[in-house]
Amino acid sequence: MVNYAYLIPLFPLLAFAVNIFWGRRLKAKSAPVAILAMLGSLVISCLILKEVITGKTLEQSVEWFKVGRYSFEAGFLVDPLSAMMLCVVTLVGLLVEVYSIGYMRGDKRYHLFFAYVSLFIFSMLGLVLSNNLIQTYVFWELVGVCSYLLISFWFEKKSAADAGKKAFITNRIGDAGFFLGLSTLFYYLGTANFTQISQRLMHHPEGLSQGILALAAVLIFCGAVGKSAQFPLHVWLPDAMEGPTPVSALIHAATMVAAGVYLVARSYAVFAAGHLSLEVVSYIGIITSFMAGSIALVQTDIKRILAYSTVSQLGYMMIALGVGGYSAGVFHLMTHAFFKALLFLCAGSVIHACGVQDIRQMGGLFGKMKVTATTCLIGCLAISGVPPLSGFWSKDEILLSVYNSGNRVLYGLTLIVAFMTAFYMFRLLFLTFFGKPREKLHIHKPAPTMDWPLIILAVFSIFSGFVGSPLMGHAFSRFIYFHPEHTEPNYMVMISSVIVGLAGISLAWVFYILSPALPAALAKNFQPVYNLLLNKYWIDEIYDRFIIQPFLRLTKFAFSFDRYLIDGAVNLTGTSCVAVSRVKGWIDKYIVDGLVNLIALVVGALGEVFRRLQTGLIQNYILLIFTGVVVIVFLLRFI
Amino acid sequence: MIPLSHYLILSAILFSIGLYGVFTRRSAIGILLSLEIMLNAVNINFVAFAKFMAPQALAGQIFVIFTIGVAAASTVVGLAIIVAIYHNYKTIFVDEIDVMKW
Repeated sequence: MVNYAYLIPLFPLLAFAVNIFWGRRLKAKSAPVAILAMLGSLVISCLILKEVITGKTLEQSVEWFKVGRYSFEAGFLVDPLSAMMLCVVTLVGLLVEVYSIGYMRGDKRYHLFFAYVSLFIFSMLGLVLSNNLIQTYVFWELVGVCSYLLISFWFEKKSAADAGKKAFITNRIGDAGFFLGLSTLFYYLGTANFTQISQRLMHHPEGLSQGILALAAVLIFCGAVGKSAQFPLHVWLPDAMEGPTPVSALIHAATMVAAGVYLVARSYAVFAAGHLSLEVVSYIGIITSFMAGSIALVQTDIKRILAYSTVSQLGYMMIALGVGGYSAGVFHLMTHAFFKALLFLCAGSVIHACGVQDIRQMGGLFGKMKVTATTCLIGCLAISGVPPLSGFWSKDEILLSVYNSGNRVLYGLTLIVAFMTAFYMFRLLFLTFFGKPREKLHIHKPAPTMDWPLIILAVFSIFSGFVGSPLMGHAFSRFIYFHPEHTEPNYMVMISSVIVGLAGISLAWVFYILSPALPAALAKNFQPVYNLLLNKYWIDEIYDRFIIQPFLRLTKFAFSFDRYLIDGAVNLTGTSCVAVSRVKGWIDKYIVDGLVNLIALVVGALGEVFRRLQTGLIQNYILLIFTGVVVIVFLLRFI
Repeated sequence: MIPLSHYLILSAILFSIGLYGVFTRRSAIGILLSLEIMLNAVNINFVAFAKFMAPQALAGQIFVIFTIGVAAASTVVGLAIIVAIYHNYKTIFVDEIDVMKW
């Protein structure tokens, strides 16, 4: 079965081709095409996962092309990490597509939506299966393009078009780093193959410069920073909420942001070998997760809260990877995929049902949307780390590896982030589903195709954590095995994580159920902090002020330089050329032509005179000849 | 014995008569006849000078024989041309055949 791994990305690609070429004719049938393809991929992925669990791995590659002594290959690698990701991506993709049937109903580009989603998932699956960095980069860019297409899917709205552009450009900045990193690595090690790189770095590290490896690792991490929305390139993700909500779920859970974490996990050997590169990863992770978590505390747009929550959780994964908790990071990537997809789809249902996105306008929706509310509650419990849901186990793994790294400040900050996560998630939950309705909203019930994915995801959100829990002997950790990790359960860490989670939940309960006046008073008393958070640390403004505006000025300067200096020089050359040619034309016309004409005229005039000699009468000629002879004789005689 | 100058005067008179004929005849045949007269004047000169300058050598007399032969041949060619012209123009008056002009 492992041999058929190439089929997994092939199915969505096929669905994309069908939908893009015949989508207009298929109309509503374009959804089943995409879903069937995804189902096929999911089935194969699960079968492959089953085989990989029994210890089978496979790497196949063919030579793609050759330049000099460097050979570029294309192939796929099936190992525990990719098998796990394949299942997560196809499962979430499938559920999101099923959900989209209801959510996107009536959209005029319905078939295009499914085409793009298929392409998106194809790109992600290709990325997951890649066995070398170069192929990864190709799919990496494809993922970027698809995110652009889907975020600005409703491009009639200017904000959506702008968000798509922002996502794409921000990602490009990171991708440039990624490309430099992979080039460095490729040049230095002579191969881009993951297995070979790991082999070389782990078993024959002698003679390799740590500095260069660290440089390569940090540059590759730049790509991950862009895709996984880490500080300072996180700005695109909250804006990406302009896309349709299923797309947000897809981006946040399965396809886009997971790519960055996956890349770091894939090239973990490089990070582990390079001096200080893991520290960079963990510091970026903690800055991101703390900042995004604090911003999420005060946001009011339901999707934006979730977006910042994703940024924060991705930071968490990066922290885990940075402190050496390889399996913890990957584990959290998996569990997060389920509960974040669930939360986004819940948010989508809520938006679909009541037509607004501001949680201050909602409230009391619990009775009207029981399935959505229940599953959302499960999602919130999972992300807040309440045992025994999946988020608890993965978060506990992360906290444990941070604790074991010995960095107490980092540990404290991660706990604070965990607290904030619990708080803002339950703030969202309470404001949306509990209390009294604050505004009269016309609610229409979501379709069953929108409920079932939620239920399935909720089940996964509850139970997917057990595979990595101490209860099952850290099965996940041993499955994903990269290097020996400290796996003994630490009850102190576990209890503290539960305590901060519950504290966050109860604080949210106090603030938004018990005494709803409290948050406003608090906001008034801490006005500067509140404003700072509400304006997202003014990062967008800072970028605008210090990067975008100077850049625009530069381009304006370049434009005017082009316009006045270059164009001016060109025009001057043109004008002077015309002037010179005018003079030359005049000379040609009156002097050169004049001379020629004069000669012709003189010759003509002479001919006019001398032709009279030609009478045609022989006797005239004879007379002339005779006269001439006489004259010559006389001349000879007398001169 | 008749002195040389008499021959030369005769020759000059004959040459002038021929020249006059060439200038004034309208008929191409007339012109040809006049040309023959001029040629004969030249022949007389040849013979006379040969007789008086180098009586032993026969070069002068032989030259005249050649001249007469060549003249006969050229006259034949001339007459043939005149016949051809007559075919084309139905005339042999040279003042009417003036196409070789501007």
